Amino acid sequence: MYEFSYHKPASVADAVKLLSADPEARPISGGMTLLPALKLRLSKPTALVDLSGIAELRGIRRDGGTIVVGALAKHYEVATNADIKAAIPALAWMASTIGDTQVRNRGTMGGSVANNDPSADYPAALLALGATIQTDRRKLSADEFFTGMFSTALDTGELVTAIHIPVPEKAGYAKMKNPASRYSMAGVFVARGPAGVRVAVNGAGANGAFRAPQMEAALQANWSPDAVAGVKMDPAMMNGDIHGSAEYRAHLVTVMAKRAVQNAG
Amino acid sequence: MNVVAPFEGIGASVRRKEDLRFLSGRGQYTDDINRPGQTHAWILRSPHAHAAIQGLDTAAAKAMPGVLAVFVGADMAADNVGGIPCGWQIHNKDGSPMAEPPHPALAIGKVRHVGDPVAVVIAETKQQARDAAEAIVVDYAPLPAAATMEQALKPGAPQIHDGAPGNLCYDWHIGDRAVLDAAFAKAHKVVSFETTNNRLVPNAMEPRAAIGEYDAQSGDYTLYTTSQNPHVIRLLMGAFVLHIPEAKLRVVAPDVGGGFGSKIYHYAEEAIVTWASAKVKRPIKWTAERTESFMSDAHGRDHVTKAELALDAQGKILGLKVHTHANMGAYLSTFAPCVPTYLYATLLSGVYVMPVIYAEVKAVFTNTVPVDAYRGAGRPEATYLLERLMDVAAKEMGLDRVEFRRRNFIPVDAFPYQTPVALQYDSGNYFATLDAALETADWKGFEARRAAAAAKGKLRGIGISTYLEACGIAPSAVVGSLGARAGLYEVGTIRVHPTGSVTVLTGAHSHGQGHETTFAQLVADRLGVPIANVDVVHGDTAKVPFGMGTYGSRSLAVGGSAMVKAMDKIVAKGKRIAAHLMEASVEDVEFDRGTFRVAGTDKTKSLTDISLAAYVPHNYPIEEIEPGLEETAFYDPKNFTYPGGCHIAEVEIDAETGKVSMVNFTAVDDVGRVINPMIVEGQVQGGVAQGIGQALLESAIYDDQGQLISGSMMDYTMPRADDLAPVSVATHTTLCTHNPLGVKGCGEVGAIGSPPAVINAVVDALRDYGVRHIEMPATPAKIWNIIHGGRRAAAE
Repeated sequence: MYEFSYHKPASVADAVKLLSADPEARPISGGMTLLPALKLRLSKPTALVDLSGIAELRGIRRDGGTIVVGALAKHYEVATNADIKAAIPALAWMASTIGDTQVRNRGTMGGSVANNDPSADYPAALLALGATIQTDRRKLSADEFFTGMFSTALDTGELVTAIHIPVPEKAGYAKMKNPASRYSMAGVFVARGPAGVRVAVNGAGANGAFRAPQMEAALQANWSPDAVAGVKMDPAMMNGDIHGSAEYRAHLVTVMAKRAVQNAG
Repeated sequence: MNVVAPFEGIGASVRRKEDLRFLSGRGQYTDDINRPGQTHAWILRSPHAHAAIQGLDTAAAKAMPGVLAVFVGADMAADNVGGIPCGWQIHNKDGSPMAEPPHPALAIGKVRHVGDPVAVVIAETKQQARDAAEAIVVDYAPLPAAATMEQALKPGAPQIHDGAPGNLCYDWHIGDRAVLDAAFAKAHKVVSFETTNNRLVPNAMEPRAAIGEYDAQSGDYTLYTTSQNPHVIRLLMGAFVLHIPEAKLRVVAPDVGGGFGSKIYHYAEEAIVTWASAKVKRPIKWTAERTESFMSDAHGRDHVTKAELALDAQGKILGLKVHTHANMGAYLSTFAPCVPTYLYATLLSGVYVMPVIYAEVKAVFTNTVPVDAYRGAGRPEATYLLERLMDVAAKEMGLDRVEFRRRNFIPVDAFPYQTPVALQYDSGNYFATLDAALETADWKGFEARRAAAAAKGKLRGIGISTYLEACGIAPSAVVGSLGARAGLYEVGTIRVHPTGSVTVLTGAHSHGQGHETTFAQLVADRLGVPIANVDVVHGDTAKVPFGMGTYGSRSLAVGGSAMVKAMDKIVAKGKRIAAHLMEASVEDVEFDRGTFRVAGTDKTKSLTDISLAAYVPHNYPIEEIEPGLEETAFYDPKNFTYPGGCHIAEVEIDAETGKVSMVNFTAVDDVGRVINPMIVEGQVQGGVAQGIGQALLESAIYDDQGQLISGSMMDYTMPRADDLAPVSVATHTTLCTHNPLGVKGCGEVGAIGSPPAVINAVVDALRDYGVRHIEMPATPAKIWNIIHGGRRAAAE
């Protein structure tokens, strides 16, 4: 990696101040994406602002009909949190399938959400669950927040602080893992709840996680695996690479949608 | 005190002596070694597959903080440093030698693959060296690349080396074409088959590393390196590259974390750090990043083959014709030329009676990483071709695939069996391994399991492979006549210390195989010394007299045999000493596991009595026998050894996603006498894991510009635990007839026998879709395409 300076602020305000003062500075939480990029010299920040010392970003709690996940909540915490397991077991299960044990004990939901890797798991869940992303200065719906591959509505220096997730009636997730990286190659999260019936897709899209309105309509009319099994996705929307063509991914999205509904029960 | 528990000798599953060290993080690998005053090297590598170097400016890099020196190819040439040599010369059909273009350690004038070393920076820290490397200005003029053999062989293809017209390294053949044509003329049926053997990246857990150190006082060089054969590196690098006499060059290969062939070869980085250490008068360490491993460790396999099998009406094989293109990559790696010839075409008879075989092999230069031996080396390619072809032929003949194989097996009483492609098999019983595997895998019960899987929406398939390989390389005179530039004997020294403990010095090298245990068991079995009192030393040219190293499953068959010969000498000398001490005739002294006895009496002396007498020769026949008890033997094998057996794979395919799951794997291997069954089981399981990796997961993919797309673990699919199946390992033994231990070798059988078994199972699972063949790796996307296309075809 290249040389950088290192800061470890104790408050969100201090972190934002550091990040706002230097547009080339980067926040780091679990570092599961940023650290490999630094080691490969693909990223050259002037400074790293380590968020791990900020207590207010920690914790998971239930607040009425909402689960509030602190940005620093690790995947392992999401996977094992009693409130999440009771209220949104599909989200807990999703977290348990991310990376490996080491990654789940380092990576955070806030980091994953802010990075918006097209193959990451969480963005599809937050889109389908109608979550709200809380930053240091505003609240954004997941639909507003995720703006395309590796792209979000965050301004320079703006930090995700928490994710508010309305508890659904039902939710389910299924994914096909990329054989090599084990990231999602095509993952579908389905939910029925306060935000309506929603279906969102990760891994497969040419421009990051996205919602699938045809599938939502099909499930709205008839919440069953068969309802989505007949919905064909447009390969033009999909990513193709050495692991699978856009046509294959389009097909996988339909299969995973069916399985997600099955998993939702 | 020298009482050997019977469970420590030959046949005992003794726990590995080395594992406590490895599992507790106390192994001493090359990168763990830090020499006083050590500096660090960073190699600047080509980002282009093929480009002319029009300018190379290192001035800015030399001025960077911490930088001691920056060297380029011209600097090495100015010091008369030779190119990286090739250790095997193949001759063309017309008798002329293969094209052997220069291979400078640092590129001169041109780069020929992504990762080709261009310059080296030596600095106080690795970070500083890497920073400075980014300041080197290279003016590349990119040239069109030949990334595949097809591209390289096209008329008008980019010319990679001036000395290799048409990018052809050699055009070689074996067998009698006229006899073959006659056999084909009277064939009832000729079955044609084409296949690609996918290119693999070895990916040893430990990346390559090297430390060069020059002692200005003595003029001695030391190279610490991740090698499977330190003496070979000393020979190649000393004699051909750096012109350093053996006595002035020590090569140490300490603990090595996996090799699979990729650490046999002499690599540029070894020569660079050794040479440069004398220039900067400081030790220099280089350790590969994983990214560098992908683009600089020799890759494996990469064949494209067309084959035809001629059969009579009863399904007996009449002849086999094979035409193979083998990728050499951009330069010839140490053993590359022999892999697709003498380690491949000579194996094409497999376990079958084949009256005639004709094979021709074209070796092709491409703008890719050099290709060389990788676990199995040529034999997996031959076995895959043959065992896929046997399945395809059985189907087209309307014969059961097991019966078809049986019908063509070499009979049990036909050994020694001479094949039409040079090899003479000494022993084997392919019926026995087949029967045992069919039984273990419950072959008969498969159709019921297939039906049960179908009820759950899964496609279940079973596949078989009956294979043979040649290992324990090899008789020096034979390989010499075939083009090897080295002998392939092995060396063992047995040093019995005064109090009876033993040090074994072996030219074999352990990089995961468990030699410290297996070799100690040989000593325990023969000399009666507990394995706790046996120390195995390897991997250091300053300690071990000589050695050819570990590859081709040769360590026990060749290295172990050398130890046995040395122990025979120890026993012979011990008997003379014992005869003196017991006042008996030497002919009357018997030896058995640590005890010398005067035949028919209760007069005995222990090995310790003898060793003490040998080193404290107060009462000793000093006029007749030298003091000391240490013997060295060189063992040159009389033949290859021929392990073989039967592998059965069972798979289930998720028809919706195309994902193949391994359900079961059965391996019944004849590896000759088994010294440590647990270690053999581990070797077979590891090999099978790599074979499953090749069959289902792994593939080095270049784009047509010569960029390695699967250049990291993000895109190169290494097998993981959940990709594998329970592997049932059994051995069925016929002894090797020509080495003293009766051993054949077990390191490669898993990787050789398994890929066709897996693909045969996948094809079987898809039998309702009219599939004739699926190329490796059988990825979910590929299988989905077949199922999808099959359904579409059925609908049309």
